[in-house]
Amino acid sequence: MRAGFSVIQPGIHSLLQDQGRYGRHNIGLTTGGPMDSQSFHWANRLCQNSPQCAAIEVTIGGLVLEAKINTSIALTGAAIPLSINKQPAALWQSHRIKPGDRIELGFANAGCRGYLAVAGGFQASPSFGSQSTVAREGLGGLHQDGKPLQAGDQLPCAESADQPANQRLAQAQRPNPSTDNSAHCRVILGYQHQAFSSVQKQLFFSSTYQVTDSSDRMGYRLNGPAIKPAVDGILSEGICLGAIQVPADGQPIVLLADRQTIGGYPKIGSVLSLDLGKLAQVTPGGTVSFETISIEQAHNLLLLNQRQLDCTELEFVTAEASDNDQS
Amino acid sequence: MPPQLPISIAGENSLIVYFGDQLSAEIAAQIAQTAEHLRQSMADRLIDLVPSYGSLLVIYQPLLTDHFRVRQLIRQALQQLDKGKGEDSNKAPSQSGALVSLPVYYSTESGPDLQSLADRAKLSIDEVIAIHQQIQYRVYAIGFAPGFAYLGEVDERIAAPRLATPRQKVPRGAVAIADRQTAVYPAQSPGGWNLIGLCPQPMFDPSAEPSMPVQVGDRVTFRAIDRQEFIALGGEL
Repeated sequence: MRAGFSVIQPGIHSLLQDQGRYGRHNIGLTTGGPMDSQSFHWANRLCQNSPQCAAIEVTIGGLVLEAKINTSIALTGAAIPLSINKQPAALWQSHRIKPGDRIELGFANAGCRGYLAVAGGFQASPSFGSQSTVAREGLGGLHQDGKPLQAGDQLPCAESADQPANQRLAQAQRPNPSTDNSAHCRVILGYQHQAFSSVQKQLFFSSTYQVTDSSDRMGYRLNGPAIKPAVDGILSEGICLGAIQVPADGQPIVLLADRQTIGGYPKIGSVLSLDLGKLAQVTPGGTVSFETISIEQAHNLLLLNQRQLDCTELEFVTAEASDNDQS
Repeated sequence: MPPQLPISIAGENSLIVYFGDQLSAEIAAQIAQTAEHLRQSMADRLIDLVPSYGSLLVIYQPLLTDHFRVRQLIRQALQQLDKGKGEDSNKAPSQSGALVSLPVYYSTESGPDLQSLADRAKLSIDEVIAIHQQIQYRVYAIGFAPGFAYLGEVDERIAAPRLATPRQKVPRGAVAIADRQTAVYPAQSPGGWNLIGLCPQPMFDPSAEPSMPVQVGDRVTFRAIDRQEFIALGGEL
């Protein structure tokens, strides 16, 4: 595959991510994949890609690329200023790109993770069936070694011969990150939730927690009123996406895309995946609150969300509309 | 009828089955069999399984099925387990799972904690090495790092607590003991277990299929080799 883009500057932390690495928990591999799967989905959709295509997850910003081919790109997620050849370009919209174009991402004004997709997707060699970069495991990414993008990297992708007209996602449909750096997470009670008394549960669900500095793709460590389960530890068991574990200090940790596959701390339940994307856009110092929903409500929300993703029509963009819309 | 095992909700698309709350070869075998059964019966409705010491996490595709149906499929898998017990009562559960023998170069050169572990146990180094080889271990869980298999249970006489200060670098292939568990480090990593030797056989190779020589439920024995054989098998000191 020929190089579609050269990395001029990698930015703070830019990772190739596809949907994730599945079916390998039995050998201890985590899933990886996008932290904000909704924004990731829309970036691919705007480039007319299948949802499996690999995109770049840009944390905070600073990525600069030079195009080598004719293609289209789209940036979604965090409010990261985008420019193409020094001209401001809109997020949540596809843009035609020609060889020599310089694509520059500034630094996020709201949220912290942007998704840059290209028509046909980035096409690095997969590790265990996925390009998703997992630093801790040294797997995935451009060189299959878990490393983030580096200056000088050549990103393989296919030339897109007949470039479609630019498209955008309607304003009302955009899952923009919150402007006040907060997230509200819906939780399905589970695992050891019975080991948390009703008083402890009430405390957890009525409190606001702060996102700490030790938050990353593995998990978000929170700080707030300590909650104490009736058990200290459990036999290590499988951890699902969004699980909320509570170590001895009572400060909850929400486990995310790069979570460990097994662990021995009690868990009160798991955050609905649709809300993890909003949580992943919160930076240290931001706040999180929780509410419970039933497994049936969660299931309905997942089905309806999928239907919405499948059925939402994109808008075609005229040149003027594009220039006037920098949101 | 055996009592029904508890099945709990874990998350929006996962259920967890609890087989027991202590290490047991029989439970490990049951978990491995249930996992295998669900791989067949759930097919593309299954996203992944996480077997561990006393539980099995079942992650399903919520756009294709739901927790009612998956709970039923799990119950059916558990019933097969009971049936299997009746029909094949000669086959003790301790005999299930593949038997894998791993070579180990035990020495103070390859196992920097061998001497202190022996001193603590009031045994000679040779006795520690002999005791470590006497047990047929069970793979109870895989996690912590790709290819890291937790083996149990280590003979009480050579059980040892984790180091007070974990090492920054434990070499690839290090054979180690923590409490009553033993393991082979699949890659260089930080770690706080007591190092007693080196295994030249790769425990995790992304380019190989399968990428690990063992899976949860398998049995593992260790076999002492000398320095020369260790080098001949590709080991590096």
